[in-house]
Formats: sequence, structure tokens, C-alpha cells
Amino acid sequence: MTDDKKDKEFGFATRAIHAGSRPEPLTGARNTPIYQTTSYVFEDTDHAADLFNLSRFGFIYSRLTNPTVSVLEERCAALENGRAAVAAASGHAAQFLTFFTLLEPGDEFLASRNLYGGSMTQFGLSFKRLGWTCHFVDPTDPENFRKALTPKCKGIFIETLANPGGIVLDVEKIAAVARDAQIPLIVDNTMASPYLHNPIEWGADIVIHSTTKFLSGHGTSMGGVVIESGKFDWFKAGKFPTMTQPDPAYHGLTFYETFGDFGFTTKARAVALRDFGPSMAPMNAFLTITGIETLPLRMERHVANAQAVAKFLAGHPKVEWVSYAGLPSSPYHDLAKKYLPKGPGSVFTFGVKGGFDVGRRMVEGMELFSHLANIGDTRSLILHPASTTHRQLSEEQRVASGAGPDVIRLSIGLESIEDILEDLDRGLSRATK
Amino acid sequence: MAELSYTDAYIADILGSVATIAMVGASPDWVRPSYFAMKYLQSKGFRVIPVNPRAAGTQILGETTYADLAAVPHQFQMVDIFRNSEAAGPIVDEAIALAQDKGIDVIWMQLGVRNDEAAARAEKAGLKVVMNRCPKIEYGRLFGELSWSGVNTKIISAKRQRLRR
Ligand SMILES: Cc1ncc(COP(=O)(O)O)c(C=O)c1O
Repeated sequence: MTDDKKDKEFGFATRAIHAGSRPEPLTGARNTPIYQTTSYVFEDTDHAADLFNLSRFGFIYSRLTNPTVSVLEERCAALENGRAAVAAASGHAAQFLTFFTLLEPGDEFLASRNLYGGSMTQFGLSFKRLGWTCHFVDPTDPENFRKALTPKCKGIFIETLANPGGIVLDVEKIAAVARDAQIPLIVDNTMASPYLHNPIEWGADIVIHSTTKFLSGHGTSMGGVVIESGKFDWFKAGKFPTMTQPDPAYHGLTFYETFGDFGFTTKARAVALRDFGPSMAPMNAFLTITGIETLPLRMERHVANAQAVAKFLAGHPKVEWVSYAGLPSSPYHDLAKKYLPKGPGSVFTFGVKGGFDVGRRMVEGMELFSHLANIGDTRSLILHPASTTHRQLSEEQRVASGAGPDVIRLSIGLESIEDILEDLDRGLSRATK
Repeated sequence: MAELSYTDAYIADILGSVATIAMVGASPDWVRPSYFAMKYLQSKGFRVIPVNPRAAGTQILGETTYADLAAVPHQFQMVDIFRNSEAAGPIVDEAIALAQDKGIDVIWMQLGVRNDEAAARAEKAGLKVVMNRCPKIEYGRLFGELSWSGVNTKIISAKRQRLRR
């Protein structure tokens, strides 16, 4: 009988604190222990064999699974309303695990051209050497993805809220293109965090985070995570032999048949993570779990501060333009209201009057803002993408991805808003003196 | 087709009350999902009797395999169906016919197996039904082990977990 009653659904803030982490059964330790161990004792050889064969759940070796890291994995899956997750040493490693699990040499995929610059380099240059071709698409019209599809395309990759900022994509429409093509939509949700946006609700099949950013939240720990919705039908799609055919890298196991709706992350772990090894360290998982506990509170303040800064800059005489989807003047304001109703993040760009040199002087002249290449810290951060994160790209790619020569990127932190505004004001006047 | 939903209490009650399971479609091939599930359930204290006409008379994981449910010379409370959705229909009918004789209480259809008409017949006959789920996965989910694989078990509790084997 299908029971009409439903299990209780816990709210976001409750999941941020509790999901994946019950008191430790042996000692009762309430906070998640840091299991700083490489390996786990087997009960006997049969137990060991079952663990290696994946016919039992349990820990073998921390390259594959670690109890502290699994808490983080379950928590991220819970926050994104996904089925399961696998963590990695960085966001880039999470992207690699995803594509290695999806693609064969010779396969292709589509990606938005508005991505974190490092992802464009990974996809466009390094993946090419593995035999995977990425076609970059102007994402502002979802139909562009449909037009760019090729028979060998096995996925579409986007950032709903795109780094370096200001652009919001119509994820529901892009999900429809992916669904029609029977390929997964992969969303890098790093910039929004699961508190502001849940791509799975809009049709995404796989969600990736660089947990380095808002999830860990304090600029302490590198990390990444891949979350699967559990809703993609790999059999029906008929073009993912890595999921539906016996895998020679795993003694003929068929991952989708055996693990069902968590087959993708199981395979990403059991093959890609096992054989390439970019696992997350338990200490980093611990710091990230601790960070996530306050994610809702932090994100509320991040977006409130960002909104105030965007407004301030938009009215500043030395500022040419501000690209923040929270401003009513932004062409992405309506999409932001739909997909990011609690606020479009705290990372965005603006242009200073006077271009490259003024921008460079401003970045160097700040007192409170840290000049560094990260986002999603408690501290306010400032960067000139053209000379740093997006430097490896061609001039044309830079401009297309919103990182032209006059562009300055901010990641607004949690300091007192008066101090943030004062530092920006002082920085702008010093730079233009 | 509407998504199936079973409460945790419903599944936990089934897994807590069943002692012996007849597994229809149990395979002697150790890489098959049924072999995984059988071995796991055995390790959790369930007795699992394999049913598979092609392997009848042979041993799988220490248990004799029978050709059909009627041939199983024991009581079993649950039938776990590792066959396709269509084939599940006649198996359910056989289980309904044998329910009283064998003490069958629960029809469980594996991940990917769903036959709504057969389920309705079983429910009418007073049997509990679970479809498109794996007892190994559900057991692991409800008793904490699935968390180790990064699965969203949806279980949130500040209570210390009882240790299970
Ligand atoms: C949107 C986005 N995705 C992915 C990454 C890569 O993550 P990581 O630096 O953790 O490898 C970054 C890092 O800046 C990012 O901003």
C-alpha cells in the first residue's frame, strides 16, 4: 500500500545543521568527529571482499569514503534536495569526476560561455587532451543550446548565477532543451549556494559546488561536491554505456542497475575518485560542515550587504556601470526574482570610469577589501578578473564572459556595511585622483 | 505514473517484522544485484531462499534454490521480486494463492520493478506491497549505513543511533 501519510520534511536551516550528522553511536559525541584516518579495519576477509565488491556499505580507505566526508556529502545532497553526493578535493576535481563518469573519449558537451574562467580553461583546453570537446554557447537565449547540440553531446553545463557576476540564466528553459535531448543538465551552483537557488527544482540532473566558496564560507578549505538528482533515466537515454553497461573497471558491475538513483555518484566515487584520487581531506570536510551550519544566516547578510553595495556603486559618480541582478535596472532582474528570490548572491562586477589603469589602482588601494582570487568568504574581496582568474582566456572570451579590461569583481562579505561602503568610496577616489 | 511514496515507518515495520524472504530471480552470478542484495540481507540476519527455475537444485550463498514459490518447503513472510515489471504479475498471483499456506505478508518489487495492477490485487488480498525499491538500500538507509555512501537518507535525529550488526 502506498501510504498517503508523508514523512516529515525538515526546513532548510534544520537540514543545514543536522543532515547527515547524528550523534556518533559509540561515544555519543554530538559534533561530527574528524576521522583523521586513512583506513578501516575489516571484520574478516569475507567482509573485506564484500566491501571491495560494493556489495556491503562500509569504509575501506579514505580515498573512497571517510566518515567525516560522508557527513558533508549527505548534507550537501540534503540541501540541494538531491539523492546523493560525492565530495572531491576542489570544485575543479568535482567537475572532473562528473565528466569522467559521463563521457567517453570522442564525446562532446555544451557549456555556457559565462562561467568561472578556470572552468572555461578546464573544459576548453585540458579536457580536450582527454578527447572531450566542449562547445561554448551564448546562454542568454536558451535556444542557443538546442542549436549547438551535436549527436555526440552528452551533457549541458551552466552556472545559473554566473561568475564573475550579474548574469542569471533561464535554467528552466535550458533544462527543457537538455530533457528533449535526453542528456543531463549540470549546474554549477557555487555562486548562489543551495540557500539561494536549488537547480534540481528547475530540472537540473546534476549539481556541482565548489565548497571552497559559500558552503565552507570562511575561506579556510578547498573542496567540491557533485550531487545527483536521482531522476535522470540513464537506460532510457540510451547513450551512457558508462552507466548502463557492465563496467570492466569494476569487475563487470552495472552501476545504474545495481545502485539505481544513486548510481551516478556511486560510479563517480568507485571509479573516478578511486582511480584518479582527488578526495577531500577529513579536516576540510569538518570545516565545511561547520561552515554550512550557518549558511542561511550568512547568505542573508551576504545578499543584504551586496544589495546595499550595488545600490551605492550605481549612484557613484566614478562608476560607469554595475552588473548586479538585484538592481531593477539589470536585464536579469526578472530572472533573478524567479530563480533567486532571496537575492542574487554577493559576487558581482562593476566598471570604473577610466578603465584598466583606474581599475588596477583601485584594487591595489583598498584597505578593508582583500585583493585575492576567491569568492564567498566572510571577508569582502576584490579582484580584477582580466589580469587574474580570466587571464588565460583570449580577449574575445574575456569580454564575452563578462571579464573585460575595465571590470572589477567584488565578493561582498559580512563586515559592517558602513565600513564596506567607506572602503569602496575611498578606493574609488584614490584611484581616480 | 504517480511517484511511489512509502513512509519510513511503513518500510521499517516491514523490515523489522520479516524473518525469511523468498527471492524470486536470485542469481548465482556474484556481480548481479540480486546476489548483492541476498548476501547483504543474510548479513543482517534475514534468511533468504533463492527462487529461480534455471538454478533450481543448486546452492546460492549456502541456500538451496527452488523452481517456484510453491516448491519452497519453508514459511516465508516476504517475496522479493527480481524480475521485470511484467513478469512480476504472475509471481504476485502465485504469492497471493500461497499466502495463507506459507505465511506471506509482504510483496516487495525491486528497484525498477513496478506493476500497479498486481499490487492492487495483492493489497486486496491483504498483503503489504512495496514497489521500485531495494530492501538492501532501504535497510541501509533506515539504519544509517547508506549515509556512508553520501546518500540523502532524509533521516534527521539528535538521538544516538542504536548499533546494528
Ligand atoms: C563558479 C565556480 N565554479 C568552480 C570553481 C572552482 O572551484 P575550486 O577552486 O574549488 O576548484 C570556482 C572557483 O573560483 C567558481 O567560482
